[in-house]
Amino acid sequence: MTFFSNIWRNEKSREIIVQIIVLFFLGWFISWLVMNVNANFEALGKDISFEFLFIPAGYDINQYLIDYDSRDSHLRAGIVGLLNTGLVAFFGIILATVLGIALGIIRLSKNWLASKIAYWYVEFTRNVPILLHILLWHGIIINTLPHPRKAISLGDVTFLSNRGFYIPKPLAESGIELVYLFLVVAVIFSILFAKYCKKKQDLTGIQYPVFLINFSVICFLPLIAFFLSGMPVSLEIPALKGFNFRGGMHMSPELAALTFALGIYTAAFIAEIVRAGILAIDKGQREAAESIGLKPSKVMNLVILPQARRVIIPPLTSQYLNLTKNSSLAIAIGYMDLVATLGGISLNQTGREMETMLIVMLIYLSVSLSISALMNWYNSKVKLVGR
Amino acid sequence: MSEKTYKPGNYPDLPPPPGTVGVYGWVRQNLFSSISNSLLTIISVVLLYYLIDGIIGWFFLDAVFDAESKIACRKIDDGACWAVITRRVGQFVYGFYPELERWRIDITFLTMFLAFAPLLYPDIPKRKWLLYFSAFYPFFAFVLIMGGYFGLQKIEYSLFGGFMLTVILGVCGIVCSLPLGILLALGRQSNLTVVRTLSVCFIEFMRGVPLITLLFVASSMLNYFLPPGTNFSILVRVIIMFTFFSAAYIAEVIRGGIQAIPKGQYEAADALGMNYWQKTRFITLPQALKISIPGIVNTFIGLYKDTTLVVVIGLLDPLGIGRAALADTKWNGLSTETYLFVALFFFVSCFAMSRYSLWLENKLNTDKK
Repeated sequence: MTFFSNIWRNEKSREIIVQIIVLFFLGWFISWLVMNVNANFEALGKDISFEFLFIPAGYDINQYLIDYDSRDSHLRAGIVGLLNTGLVAFFGIILATVLGIALGIIRLSKNWLASKIAYWYVEFTRNVPILLHILLWHGIIINTLPHPRKAISLGDVTFLSNRGFYIPKPLAESGIELVYLFLVVAVIFSILFAKYCKKKQDLTGIQYPVFLINFSVICFLPLIAFFLSGMPVSLEIPALKGFNFRGGMHMSPELAALTFALGIYTAAFIAEIVRAGILAIDKGQREAAESIGLKPSKVMNLVILPQARRVIIPPLTSQYLNLTKNSSLAIAIGYMDLVATLGGISLNQTGREMETMLIVMLIYLSVSLSISALMNWYNSKVKLVGR
Repeated sequence: MSEKTYKPGNYPDLPPPPGTVGVYGWVRQNLFSSISNSLLTIISVVLLYYLIDGIIGWFFLDAVFDAESKIACRKIDDGACWAVITRRVGQFVYGFYPELERWRIDITFLTMFLAFAPLLYPDIPKRKWLLYFSAFYPFFAFVLIMGGYFGLQKIEYSLFGGFMLTVILGVCGIVCSLPLGILLALGRQSNLTVVRTLSVCFIEFMRGVPLITLLFVASSMLNYFLPPGTNFSILVRVIIMFTFFSAAYIAEVIRGGIQAIPKGQYEAADALGMNYWQKTRFITLPQALKISIPGIVNTFIGLYKDTTLVVVIGLLDPLGIGRAALADTKWNGLSTETYLFVALFFFVSCFAMSRYSLWLENKLNTDKK
């Protein structure tokens, strides 16, 4: 008796006992689940196999980045879906970032009216579910934009209609290689130049307008090449044929609605993050920068933003992740993303819930975890180092 | 400039310089302090003018509040056609709950405020008695909503819908996920390797996958993991998934709070000879929860908003009711009206929650008084 009570009183041995008990229950629980699955599958005559991935999918996808038709396999349908998820996440993130940063800065502006408008925008947007945003935008595009025959045209090259947006598609012709070459040269030059300027500034304190020079180099070098090689790009302009437009680049109503909804919704959160990040910088930093005579733009660029960035970037990334995960709601309006293809139609056609959901979850999980890992690495890199 | 000398102690109070006080001063400082600022003001005013003009016209002046169908609406006026809402408002609120039994929902909902009041407002009079009611409330609500006892008619889960379903899912999820979230946060900070690993795995998994995939699991796969023949309502399965999902987020918020507590607090507790549970109960949690209130409420708001996702697996929350209404040929195409109405409901409830969190934060903020 005393032996057991001694073991229980000793912290180390008690910890081990508790962990063994937890492990035991965990093992029991998992084997219970596996047994249930086995029994259920046996009763239904099912098994677990991933062979279905290689049989023809047999359904169409209206928006794809790589070639796809209904004779392709479920695996390829899943990849098309994954790329569609990436596509909408990419556009959504750009929209959300631009809008969010602008709103965050307006929210801090001294102008009372503008800051109040930004405040109410943020409150209205983030207190309404994202699914509602998506359905609302989809409804607006489908129900209030005109038919293709009466499409709203912007300069006769871009058309907005309830079948989606049509914009001219640039087609590369021979001679385009020169433009690409100049672009690569310009990018390499800007990187080297930025490094050189940084070094120079560290050594002597002299500053060059790095951004301005690099920006104009990247813009103008390819442009010069473009004109030199005789403008080797032609535009394929969408034209009305029958009931719909042909040619040009097509953005389906679903993709447009999803991009707007995700961008506008996430922008509200990003605005708050940017605002909090700038407010988190000690007032003394700004005052000190002003008192040594820096211009307001330099106070912002050299003192406030580099410090605010450290506060802003981790939550910003988690918003990007949220946006990507929220894009799975595409299924509600029929945009064919990963969940709608592999986890939706493929699941229904093959009846393999276990396998498809496992794949879908693993893909999302690996994206999330790798981005979290990247963030941890970044955090440890930019962490304030005490000297 | 006139120069005058005053004897010490006889200086008169001078008025502030003109243009710095009063309405004029305020306008000058806040709206027209510089050229760019004035430009921003003018742009904002123009924007607001068009926005308010358009909204008031469409929402109220040109709107039709009752009509037979969309076509009848359009014949009367060209603004919003709210008839799609007014004709179906019962469904939007109660789903397909039998009309004669709807008083039960009303009572449950009204008494909910009474049950939550002592939990939300610590200064309320007669708090102790109300707390007894709060403890008893879940059973009361369950019996009243589900029926089947005391001569109340039994109502099937499948008839639940509308805002009532949103509130049921939201409140159940919120109430269940807080304790689970606290346990997970403690588990993640635990010294026991097994417990810590388990908590980390659970939290990272739940945070890594979209909620919608979890709901698919709940609706189509959960039965495989249970003994053959088990069958329980989809509503309960969905609530379990919501609880797990939001508990993982709450755990992360609370972990942030726990990590923010100065180390000296633990050392002092150890020096007093407290054991783990005493330390947790009296030192860690009161401080950690206080710091993490804004984050917890944000997670609750997120959960409440996410209840709309149940429409994807076929439950009839307000969005589901709205989509059913839009599928009716009479109301086809009135999506903006329908979704804006639902959006208004969510805005009001979520905004109220975030205001409450601000109030509580200020109340508990004892350092800065």
